[in-house]
Amino acid sequence: MLTLKRTDVLTDACTHYCPGCGHGIAHRLVAEVIEELGIREKTIGIAPVGCAVLMYDYFNCDMTECAHGRPPAMATGIKRIQPDKIVFTYQGDGDLAAIGTAETIHAANRGENITVIFINNAIYGMTGGQMAPTTLTGMRSTTSQDGRGEHGEGPPLKVCELLSTLDGVCYLERTAVSTPKDVIATKRAIKKAFQNQIDGKGFSLVEVLSMCPTDWKLSTVQSVDFVNNEMKEAFPLGVYKDKG
Amino acid sequence: MGKKILLKGNEVMCEAAVQAGCRFFAGYPITPQNEVPEYMSKRMPQVSGVFVQAESEIAAINMVFGASASGVRCMTSSSSPGISLKQEGISYIAGAELPCLIANVQRGGPGLGNIRASQADYFQAVKGGGHGDYRVIVLAPASLQEIYNLTMNAFDWADYYRNPVMMLSDGISGQMAEPVEILPYKPIVDLPAKDYILDGCKGRKPRVVKTLVLRPTDGLVTHNEHLQEKYKCIESELSLCEEYETADAEIVIAAYGITARIAKGAVRLARKKGLAAGLIRPITLWPFPSDAFADVAETARQILTVEMSHGQFIEDVKLAVNGTCPVEFLGKGGGWYPTEEIILEKIESMVAASVTTAKGEL
Ligand SMILES: Cc1ncc(C[n+]2csc(CCOP(=O)(O)OP(=O)(O)O)c2C)c(N)n1
Ligand code: SF4
Ligand SMILES: [Mg+2]
Repeated sequence: MLTLKRTDVLTDACTHYCPGCGHGIAHRLVAEVIEELGIREKTIGIAPVGCAVLMYDYFNCDMTECAHGRPPAMATGIKRIQPDKIVFTYQGDGDLAAIGTAETIHAANRGENITVIFINNAIYGMTGGQMAPTTLTGMRSTTSQDGRGEHGEGPPLKVCELLSTLDGVCYLERTAVSTPKDVIATKRAIKKAFQNQIDGKGFSLVEVLSMCPTDWKLSTVQSVDFVNNEMKEAFPLGVYKDKG
Repeated sequence: MGKKILLKGNEVMCEAAVQAGCRFFAGYPITPQNEVPEYMSKRMPQVSGVFVQAESEIAAINMVFGASASGVRCMTSSSSPGISLKQEGISYIAGAELPCLIANVQRGGPGLGNIRASQADYFQAVKGGGHGDYRVIVLAPASLQEIYNLTMNAFDWADYYRNPVMMLSDGISGQMAEPVEILPYKPIVDLPAKDYILDGCKGRKPRVVKTLVLRPTDGLVTHNEHLQEKYKCIESELSLCEEYETADAEIVIAAYGITARIAKGAVRLARKKGLAAGLIRPITLWPFPSDAFADVAETARQILTVEMSHGQFIEDVKLAVNGTCPVEFLGKGGGWYPTEEIILEKIESMVAASVTTAKGEL
């Protein structure tokens, strides 16, 4: 039987996300997974600096803020002291793959038993649309106005591919939230990433290709198309590592 | 009397931390503090604690942020360049009002500088260092026994005031060894319940640790006012200072940490020569024991500030003295340190100059 109800892992607060933004969908999926696994009362979430900085207002579990890019380090401190708790970080591409690249790689390589939700929207959402490490080649942003790649920016950084070379990592999957099918797949991946932590399997990361209509300067419908047509091509979906 | 141990200053600090219940250490190698992560890597597992060799000082301070939010006594250590990297994290931890201990075994700067002892991080330590209006409690031990005792106290003060504490040591204090009496840990204050810990919201409302304050519009103003009130309270309760032979001293040396230890020797030499010298030594650099300095300035004819830097500490001495007494300076950065003889010479030249001045006045 299909039941539709709001998960009590989310608060009643009205989010500040723009219409068509992928963050709201990803929040809901994470919250539903926490509810379904029955772990709300033992979960500690780490919010990023990025558009999701206020996610502690939306999640009905213990939450902390963290300096830009440092959630995997903070998660290491929390999880090592409280190995029986469930610790997750939620990070944007600038947070996880630019300023926090070192923290990401080393937490992954140490095999920290944490869950990382990585929202790849190919842009710096919060600061108004500057180039992200994952901005697509040729894509315009406020700091790559001729399109990325024209002035020595290099190609987009592929996090799942990069981390898949590390022996310490347990599970890596790239999904999207641009179609109902993708949303269902994302939820399944997030659930697996949390279940891995419950089972003590180590570092799990789900990279979610996500819409940012505002800073892409596209309509909400065009943004969905952009994920489906452009982003999925640059960032192929799939499981990049699964130690089982 | 407790058992005596012979360890290097860096190791003394570690053992005191362990005795005080520190159960989380994260750090990154840098000379002259390497004994700290090395000792902790061995010692933490013995007491069911956690040691993490972090990928950088930035990661280390943020691991400590997480450990502190988990309610455990925790610390990190580094030397000058690494402490610069920690400043963002220290600002966050101070803003979030969480306790922790940060040790800076200072070396020569700026930049990579060298690995000799220095006191050139004074401004960074006592004036904030990172962004925003915040303070950390800064301790300046002058002996290894004091490193031991103050490290224990540091965890109490950190918990009591919910504030980061910095142990401002230096390459000499960290590297030298002398016997230290191992005293059992006993809290020196009534420790408040840790009602901020993030440990899952079982049976209670969810908690949030944060520094971002957007609402209400003036929320951050209010938060800053609250912090300032706390800092005022710390200033009134926790200014520690040692005075040596100041009662009848005409020239009082102002120095802290290892420099004060050398200066004490210089005072003894001066006294042997019949010169009325004394020493005032802040033990807390923030809060600065301004009242004690003001009192000394009433009776002394001159104050001589000695520091292993180019005139940082002297600014606080002058502020405290507020023009009531002339303040002379002896100091250099880059790994220079004063000897008792150099300080004595300076005292003698000050005495000679004051005699000339006095004659001139006639
Ligand atoms: C040390 C530091 N540098 C820069 C910033 C400014 N800043 C805030 S969020 C952000 C980028 C956010 O982009 P992303 O991580 O992709 O998250 P999104 O907003 O796209 O979800 C930047 C650069 C900061 N807060 N701290
Ligand atoms: S700017 Fe982009 S990422 Fe941020 S809330 Fe708006 S749509 Fe979402
Ligand atoms: Mg982004």
